[in-house]
Amino acid sequence: MDSQRSFLFRLHIDPQLLGGVLILCGLGLVVLYSAADQSIQIVTRQALRMSIGLLAMVVIAQISPARLSRLAPVFYLVGVALLLAVFLFGTGRGAQRWLEIGMIRFQPSEIMKIAVPLTVSWFLYDRVLPPNFRTTTFALIIIFIPGILIIEQPDLGTALLVMAAGFFALFFAGVPWRWIFSALVVALCAAPLAWFLMHDYQRQRVLTLFDPQQDPLGSGYHIIQATIAVGSGGISGKGWLNGTQSHLEFLPERATDFIFAVYCEEFGFIGVLILLAAYALVLARGLRIAMNAQDSFGRVLAASLTMTLFIYIFVNMGMVTGQLPVVGVPLPLVSYGGTSLVTILAGLGILMSIQTHRRFITYS
Amino acid sequence: MMVGLILMVLARLAYLQILEHRHFTTLSQDNRLKVVPIPPTRGLIYSRDGQVLAENRPSFSLEMVSERARDFEATLPIVAQLVNLDEDELARIDEARRRVRDFDAIVMKTGLSEDEVARFSVNRHRYPGFAIVARLARYYPFGEQLAHVIGYVGRISEPELKAIDTAAYRGTTHIGKIGVEKAREEILRGKVGYQQVEVNAQGRVLRVVTDSPPIPGHDVYLTLDLGLQKMATEALTDNNGAIVALDPSTGEVLAFVSQPSFDPNLLVNGISKDSYSALRNSSDRPLFNRALQAQYPPGSTIKPMVALAGLESGVRHSNDHTWCPGWYSLDRDNHRYRDWLKSGHGQVNLVRSIAESCDVYYYALARDLGIARIHSMLSEFGLGKVTGIDLPGETAGLLPSAEWKRKARNLPWYPGETLITGIGQGFLLTSPLQLAYAVSTIANRGRRMVPHVVGQIEDPVARVASEIGIYERPVIEITNAQYWEDVINGMLEVVHGTRGTARRSGDGAFYRYAGKTGTAQLFGIAQDNVVKNHETPKLLRDHALFIAFAPEKNPEIAVAIIVENGGSGSGTAAPIARQILDYYLRSSHSASDNDG
Repeated sequence: MDSQRSFLFRLHIDPQLLGGVLILCGLGLVVLYSAADQSIQIVTRQALRMSIGLLAMVVIAQISPARLSRLAPVFYLVGVALLLAVFLFGTGRGAQRWLEIGMIRFQPSEIMKIAVPLTVSWFLYDRVLPPNFRTTTFALIIIFIPGILIIEQPDLGTALLVMAAGFFALFFAGVPWRWIFSALVVALCAAPLAWFLMHDYQRQRVLTLFDPQQDPLGSGYHIIQATIAVGSGGISGKGWLNGTQSHLEFLPERATDFIFAVYCEEFGFIGVLILLAAYALVLARGLRIAMNAQDSFGRVLAASLTMTLFIYIFVNMGMVTGQLPVVGVPLPLVSYGGTSLVTILAGLGILMSIQTHRRFITYS
Repeated sequence: MMVGLILMVLARLAYLQILEHRHFTTLSQDNRLKVVPIPPTRGLIYSRDGQVLAENRPSFSLEMVSERARDFEATLPIVAQLVNLDEDELARIDEARRRVRDFDAIVMKTGLSEDEVARFSVNRHRYPGFAIVARLARYYPFGEQLAHVIGYVGRISEPELKAIDTAAYRGTTHIGKIGVEKAREEILRGKVGYQQVEVNAQGRVLRVVTDSPPIPGHDVYLTLDLGLQKMATEALTDNNGAIVALDPSTGEVLAFVSQPSFDPNLLVNGISKDSYSALRNSSDRPLFNRALQAQYPPGSTIKPMVALAGLESGVRHSNDHTWCPGWYSLDRDNHRYRDWLKSGHGQVNLVRSIAESCDVYYYALARDLGIARIHSMLSEFGLGKVTGIDLPGETAGLLPSAEWKRKARNLPWYPGETLITGIGQGFLLTSPLQLAYAVSTIANRGRRMVPHVVGQIEDPVARVASEIGIYERPVIEITNAQYWEDVINGMLEVVHGTRGTARRSGDGAFYRYAGKTGTAQLFGIAQDNVVKNHETPKLLRDHALFIAFAPEKNPEIAVAIIVENGGSGSGTAAPIARQILDYYLRSSHSASDNDG
């Protein structure tokens, strides 16, 4: 046991995190097989992406936090450059979110989900903490540049998540509460203004949240059909491959953003508890890693990455169950799609790196 | 905070999946299962001897499913040319495309010819989303011959849609428009069936869950004698007019002809506006059901009934004579009411008055009876009222009275009007059907049988036939049964007497029959201005009428004939009656011989 642990430790792999990840990936493939109408092809492709992601996770875990912090600005600048490239060469229906390079097609905004907290943590690392006003302002600029670029794609959901990741870093660095409150007050006052700046489809999503029946075949359709799927699953679910809402195509985006609805329909409340337990395992470990971190960079980065992951889970589930507006946020490690999967696994790789590159004080 | 948010999601999930589970299960079932109507097969219509008069034939239509038709805009003109779509049809298709869901079929054109089917089929791989579909369409094998009896079905119109029970018509596109098709719509239609099907979110049917098949409409057997109908139609040759033949003992309609007619098959799937307005605006009015709805002055055909009124009221005995000098005048009036025979009939009794159709006899009788008693007797024979036949749209005609004139025209009744009413002119108007009903009542010696065209209705599944009830109105109360015979004797003399107006037609008949000629004047002819009918252009000539029944005792057939612009009843209408009676009695006798 101890030798195995140390073996993994030497490989810079955190067993609890890995365990949670593998459980979630497994569940993801199982439900994807159902959601994708039993397409082996899609499941294989997703498994392949998982392998790439897991590989990336392991590779990143080998890189020491110190080196990561040095790579952070490079990573950030490349990310911003790619976001600009999306403007010029981007593809996608309605909104330009995708960038195609040869065979690979990906969303640069996903990269920023890691790059932003990483860069903010790097920026705050050698500064006096808690951050003073100047530091905070610079950090906010780091956050807002990609944020605004992503909003312009337009992809408000991702933008908010990217920025949230940066805010978490600031928060864990110890920004005074009164600043946070002031920011919240300003945000609340600016909310009406934001309403005017929103695209029509965004306004519609907000309105729909309050009354999905207002437009049951239009914007309310996602929410209505998803809640029906979730609710009809009941305690024990309709059984794997037996979800009528998903298999009869009532559920839109059932392999990607709404895969949680398929899961709920087929595995019921019991299945939900199992899934949440697996997430809890990962999140708890992430927070633990943050607490164990030996320097502020590691602590801030680990905490903000963990919180970002949590926000993903929360926003996706809130959206599927009709508590939050429909924003394009996948369910981490479960939704079909490569970029998000690889990004999240990479983030978890950073967590592992922070955990396993500590100087051996506790294990002496 | 994290724990709080997770609990919030968890609480919501518990609410949805545990508390509201039943509600959402119902919603998910509603989503999944749809009820699809299956239209029933419409009942068939047969003649009395079982020949099919209205059937359902496979008909080819071109249909298009929007979601499968790639590049619809480019394909449409080519397809339109292949199957000859005109402007109206293109407009209808355009409208349908806006209404119908992408995966539902739009009917582009129905009743494709074999040519069009072939032309399309050769090219069909080039037009994905377009397909030839076979459906059942109503077909009337006898076309024009029975259009005015059977009527036709057509697409349900907007006003009809508002009037009908839409649930009963789910999946049904056609409805009876006129004739038996309309009158028996309920019975012919059948009962719509339903399939509960599992559908996906687009509504595409994936499988059938439960199935309750439609119940086909009942078949209808008409009382029409197809041979007689055909014969009667041919007997009219190219004249406009109408013939109604009834079985006096039952009221069964044996023949029902209105000429000219139209091909009902053209109207089943809708014809172009041009063709329809051509039909509508034709001066011959082929869509007009003359037998049922036309209003003709009955002329002398009502004389037997007026004679009966004279006998019944005691104003005349059968042997009372009236002197006919060729004209009649009211007291204190110089106006001469002329007889059709300028030289006069001399001494005329009741039998001669009918046989020779003496007008003066009836001028005098009418004056003695007064309009009230004439009205009352003619009313007994159904004039001025609908007969109650089981066809929609019957007209009541006009039976004038002093009261009617005051109401309708706000004028007093003049004595002269009584005189001309007595010979069937003036305000009097009847339909051929009403005349047939009246002569059938004479044949029955007062028993009044309501005319009907539907004989039996049969459940095609159980093969159980139900007889349509024969309806009889109360017998006309006549104090002395001999009065009927007196009148009928006069009618027998019309065809069998040496001076009967239709004696030429009655020559050599193997049975004895009763008849009465009539002439409906179209234009008033000035005093002393004698005009010979054959000298006037055809459209200005009088209508020729004839009513008859045969045989004399236990009549089997009663008939009323109107030949528009036929000139005189004796010349044109009476010979047709003879042909009809000959045909019917010969075939019925040979049939009973066979039975024996």
